[in-house]
Amino acid sequence: MNAVINRSRFVLWSSVAVVFVLLPIVFSGGFELSMLSQMGIAIIFALSYNMLLGQTGLLSFGHAVYFGLGAFMTAHAINYVHDGGFAFPITLMPLIGGLTGLGFSLVLGFVTTRRPGTPFAMISLGIAEMVAASALMFTTFFGGEGGIVTDRTSGGAVWGVSYGPQIQVYYLIAGWCFVSMALMFAITRTPLGRMANAVRDNPERVQFVGYNPTRVRWLMMSLAGFFAGIAGALATINYEIITAEALGLMASGNVVLMAFIGGIGQFWGPIIGAVMVTFLQSALSNYTQAWLLYFGLLFLIIILYSPGGIANLVTMHSPVVKAGLVKRLIPSYTRAVVSSLILGVGVIAVIELLYRGTEAIGVSPLVSWLTALALVLTGAVMLSRSSKKVSQLWGELSPELAKWS
Amino acid sequence: MAVDRSALKLTGVRKQFGSTHIINGVDLDIREGERHALIGPNGAGKSTLFNLISGRFPLTSGQIQLKGQDITNQEPQSINRLGLSRSFQITNIFPKLSVFENLRCAVLWNLGYRYSFFKRISALKDARESADRTLSLIGLEDRREKMAGELTYAEQRALEIGITIASGADVILLDEPTAGMSHSETDAAVELIEKVTQGKTLMMVEHDMGVVFNLADRISVLVYGEVIATGAPSEIRNNPRVQEAYLGTQLEDEVSS
Repeated sequence: MNAVINRSRFVLWSSVAVVFVLLPIVFSGGFELSMLSQMGIAIIFALSYNMLLGQTGLLSFGHAVYFGLGAFMTAHAINYVHDGGFAFPITLMPLIGGLTGLGFSLVLGFVTTRRPGTPFAMISLGIAEMVAASALMFTTFFGGEGGIVTDRTSGGAVWGVSYGPQIQVYYLIAGWCFVSMALMFAITRTPLGRMANAVRDNPERVQFVGYNPTRVRWLMMSLAGFFAGIAGALATINYEIITAEALGLMASGNVVLMAFIGGIGQFWGPIIGAVMVTFLQSALSNYTQAWLLYFGLLFLIIILYSPGGIANLVTMHSPVVKAGLVKRLIPSYTRAVVSSLILGVGVIAVIELLYRGTEAIGVSPLVSWLTALALVLTGAVMLSRSSKKVSQLWGELSPELAKWS
Repeated sequence: MAVDRSALKLTGVRKQFGSTHIINGVDLDIREGERHALIGPNGAGKSTLFNLISGRFPLTSGQIQLKGQDITNQEPQSINRLGLSRSFQITNIFPKLSVFENLRCAVLWNLGYRYSFFKRISALKDARESADRTLSLIGLEDRREKMAGELTYAEQRALEIGITIASGADVILLDEPTAGMSHSETDAAVELIEKVTQGKTLMMVEHDMGVVFNLADRISVLVYGEVIATGAPSEIRNNPRVQEAYLGTQLEDEVSS
């Protein structure tokens, strides 16, 4: 059985590597390429965050601190190399970011991980606020409002790789992303990773099987800081500028959203979240200035109706597929999707009408408002009916599914 | 069976919460290899005494020795590493981990894996075998991959005992292992406890007198934070102070009938 698991795991990871290699060939445009690079960074960052939240049960509101400090240190390192300080290849710069994140999370984590739960969340918030404030005070290191500017090509080309073109930066990010993903996954399968789950479930009992839960939390936080630092370093290389925003509360909040939207209960959940959030942030902001509002709505809906995130929706359906019951779900799912679409279009229409005003559209206010409200109403009624059908159907299927879960 | 060395020695142990005295100077000597039951009316301080011994609460004063070593006011994990393991009255497991993972978590420290994040856990044969041994001992083989939180109450109680004994600790504290169980479940639990504490020192809090008189080599009676008697089951049964303070009505009924 183990051999089968190992083989399918090998196939899975190989396909991930192949996808990473092929993606920029399929999506070769400049916009796509920079979005893919951002996604790679976000994946590392979100996975590192989930080492805290999903695996150890630590809700941190200040994870961007380690991302940001890693990013700033990398920027200085690149500039130092540029000024002839020492020779160090750009390819390995993420190590500098990682070690910076590790160093700071070792020190700060020693204090913050003493208490789990709400105290931890509050302390993490306090530290995030503190670091963000000092970023504006210590301008030599953080560069004030302008941030720190670097030149990733300053090291010159090594074997023809200068990191001038974005495609080279993409492959640098993809490589580090793959290695970080593999390492973070491996950590979940170690004694420490397993005890982190135990600490998440029941820190008290952990003490009575010989472990110190504080030590487990501290180590997990340090490792999470390491990977966050790697992500930060890659951001510096990618953008060639880093400002205090990178370690601010917004950035810390963003990674919470990524993890929750993707799902914190599965290792791969935050990957989905990182990809989706990055995509929405770049794509939506092209179409509407109200994108933050939509983004907030999406977060609300997911937390309310699928607290386990998108990953949970997927795992929830795996027994359905195994039991061969997909067909029975399709009709009511179709109805639910259609009614959500109608409701969604209606809500978007209302928001855009409010946001842009009716003049922008060129249809009379009365008609546009009536149409929008009619859509919302129809969609809402249809959705409430079809979702009742769906939950009824799940109730009917559950005895059959029990065998397969 | 009982050797004359002490596994657990309490000297003048006191505990007060604020101005409330819960434990008022308890002296106890649990010998190596014996099964010792701690009984007493509700609120006598039995669970508190367990919490003091296992390091969950600090003592107000007094001293506790485990196999001759002072463990007074040490952290629970340090006491556990010295070979004392306890269960809880209210089931205290890792609900989102599988039954097998629950047991594997319980053996990792003792096998020396500490906080390792370099070793693949699936490659640790001794941890797997040790967890599987306990799994079959507590009779939950067919629940191996099930989430612990989804087990029935009796199964969770068995897992609770499994986690407690998995690491091979030689001093075992069980806090009301049969609480809330039906007759048949209780019988199964007693059998399980007998099986898993072979050659170990057992101290247990128990309300079911059938279980106590059946299982225990010696019994201590705790009333208002004081041990009023310690002795073999027959001595306890006939001790007038015990009858008066705790077993009174129950035993009189038995005698008169």
